Amino acid sequence: MQPFRKDRKGFIFKSNNMLKQYETVFIATPVLSDSQMKEAVAKYTDLIKENGGEIVCDEDWGLKKLAYPIQKKTTGFYHLIEFKANPEFIAKLEINFKRDERIIRFQTVSMDKHAIAYAERRRAKLNEPKAAPAEAAVNE
Amino acid sequence: MVQRDDIRFLNPPTVDVKRKKYCRFKKAGIKYVDYKDAEFLKKFLNEQGKILPRRITGTSLKFQRKVAQAIKRARHIALLPYVTDLLK
Repeated sequence: MQPFRKDRKGFIFKSNNMLKQYETVFIATPVLSDSQMKEAVAKYTDLIKENGGEIVCDEDWGLKKLAYPIQKKTTGFYHLIEFKANPEFIAKLEINFKRDERIIRFQTVSMDKHAIAYAERRRAKLNEPKAAPAEAAVNE
Repeated sequence: MVQRDDIRFLNPPTVDVKRKKYCRFKKAGIKYVDYKDAEFLKKFLNEQGKILPRRITGTSLKFQRKVAQAIKRARHIALLPYVTDLLK
């Protein structure tokens, strides 16, 4: 994933064309309705796509209790987006998060190869239990 | 002089068998510490939500750094508290 650092020209060329993988978790205010929440998620997924990124997966954690109050709110809608994008795009994305009043907290993390491998295994695990209970029910 | 053999203990002195600490990440072959898994990270926190030192958990330096990073990320997105009492 890392661009070659040996030759400067090569480095610049690759960094412009190479997509890096990131994951963003954001917390939206609990006052949003389901449709408003979907709209907010759609806004960011569209923003990523418009800027030459691609969505790897997005995951809704639903309404969760916060470990400490943020802006006097004790709960929030969590959402995770995993995507590939140009490193230059991240600053733009974060400005959008900052300006959005619906978002009370966000965090973008770049993923190394171990993180990507872990995320894939985690997704496989999350998808599995849905299928497994159905089979178990059949067996009973 | 009292000889060693002359001392009688009421209770036989308990000799602790020192169990060697090990790095659970190296042992289990975990390569990435996930900041989204708050329940797992709680194993590395004390009751006040502070990060436990390596000498207690036995984690290797390489993974202690990763655990610390993951805990700080989890705190930022309010999965773990910065300060608390009676975490467990």
